[in-house]
Amino acid sequence: MSYFKKVLIANRGEIARRIIKTCHRLGIETVAVYSDADADTPCVKEAGEARHIGGSQAKESYLNMEKIIQTAKDTGADAIHPGYGFLSENTKFTKLCEDAGITFIGPDAEKIQLMGDKIEARRHMQKAGVPVVPGWDGKLDSAEHALEIAEELGYPLMLKASAGGGGIGMHIVYNKEELTKSFSSAQQTAGASFGDDTVFLERFIEHARHIEVQIAADHKGHAIHLFERECSIQRRNQKVIEESPSPFLTEALRRKLCETAVTGVKEIGYTNAGTVEFIFDDETGDFYFLEMNTRLQVEHPVTEEITGIDLVELQLKIAAGEDIGFTQADIKHNGYAIEARLYAEDPDTYFPSPGKLTKLKLPEGIGRFDFAYEEGNTVSPFYDPMVGKIIVHGANREEALDWLDNVLDGIEIEGITTNLPLLKQLVNEKDFREGSYTTNYLQTRKAGRE
Amino acid sequence: MKEIVSSLPGVFYRRPEPDKPVFVEEGDEVKAGDTIGLIEVMKSFQEVKAEADGVIKSIKVEDKAVVDAGQVVAELE
Repeated sequence: MSYFKKVLIANRGEIARRIIKTCHRLGIETVAVYSDADADTPCVKEAGEARHIGGSQAKESYLNMEKIIQTAKDTGADAIHPGYGFLSENTKFTKLCEDAGITFIGPDAEKIQLMGDKIEARRHMQKAGVPVVPGWDGKLDSAEHALEIAEELGYPLMLKASAGGGGIGMHIVYNKEELTKSFSSAQQTAGASFGDDTVFLERFIEHARHIEVQIAADHKGHAIHLFERECSIQRRNQKVIEESPSPFLTEALRRKLCETAVTGVKEIGYTNAGTVEFIFDDETGDFYFLEMNTRLQVEHPVTEEITGIDLVELQLKIAAGEDIGFTQADIKHNGYAIEARLYAEDPDTYFPSPGKLTKLKLPEGIGRFDFAYEEGNTVSPFYDPMVGKIIVHGANREEALDWLDNVLDGIEIEGITTNLPLLKQLVNEKDFREGSYTTNYLQTRKAGRE
Repeated sequence: MKEIVSSLPGVFYRRPEPDKPVFVEEGDEVKAGDTIGLIEVMKSFQEVKAEADGVIKSIKVEDKAVVDAGQVVAELE
């Protein structure tokens, strides 16, 4: 079954390779696009054809919408897969695709817009009966107004940009003084970063776990979930380790969470794959909707490993107008999967470390490696620091962690500094092994050692 | 004369935020440790600092231009 004739991948690195792989398996031709810095990377060689689209800075290449659309036309691509980041949640780009008669592999512009507006997303989810973080979603006119509302909600609070995401522009305030101080700078940051200075207030949950639900919905109104991913191990609001199932959830809570996500998705009439993110209060066990990502996630392999479902194939299928083709009851979770992200950075200070990979040897026979680079490549300073992802599957969490430990020990990487030592330590730490951690884990464990 | 170099490759910024004034102009007096620009590397921002007191003689890199590790960003007198 060929959903499309030729797919252009408007991305780079590991996710471009990942998408190419599924396309080729399905007999779909592929076009890679690349910047100056990425000319020698594996995805360029692996694609059916490759086109240079501009300079190393993303705005000159991977964010250059007109150039990408023109390249799709020139190569005869009938669909574009945006991967994650770059143009994946850009409604201007989805409209350009539509005008050019090229299928954008993802939801329609209206849904991307809706979920990109954090206040609107909150309102819609609340309407569907999905719990949202206690807060106030009206427009805050001034610092005085914010103080008034804050008095009713109670501290600590989180001041957030409505158009924000990915942890940017969030301010935690513990009292009146901090709120007064942060208000105008939060507005400014929001305006400068997202072109919209609307901010809102939510209760700040101090001991939180970040758990998200993978969903998919087709154009006929079928919506399913593919269970959860536990993503609480983070540094600077960026995920480091993801696993599924979550060691924190009971079977009853898991069912409730996943069904809640499907309800929300149906309410907004969403199509294609997406992720509903929830925050769990570790103290009360309550969960709340945080935001929805309207694209493929970095950590999607964890879900693929436990369900045996190829999420890129599912995206292509839905984008081509086909039914999902199976029901909720057909989806089973098998065993336990865990992903570790290998970053080019200092394991303690997170100081970035671009440079040439003089050696990169990955163990054979165990584990799945979704890597952006190979030996001899230069890890570019122009993009995110992720060198690759290591994914293992085991019969249970204990076994998966043992596998991960083995795989990490078998990796030989030289030329740059990476967080490999941190990953190796984490896998063997008692609290992590016991599943006892919140989003503060990396921060507090570090403080504990100093 | 002393050179201020970027220890990392990336993109050089002369302003802390797009709508803010530049960190330093040519002719400005700076102290050791003063920030003269930012380098965006792997989606994070690192400060480029003067390593000695002096006066900025020239700024060698344009705002938002690409720099290599070890490249001279400014000269100090």
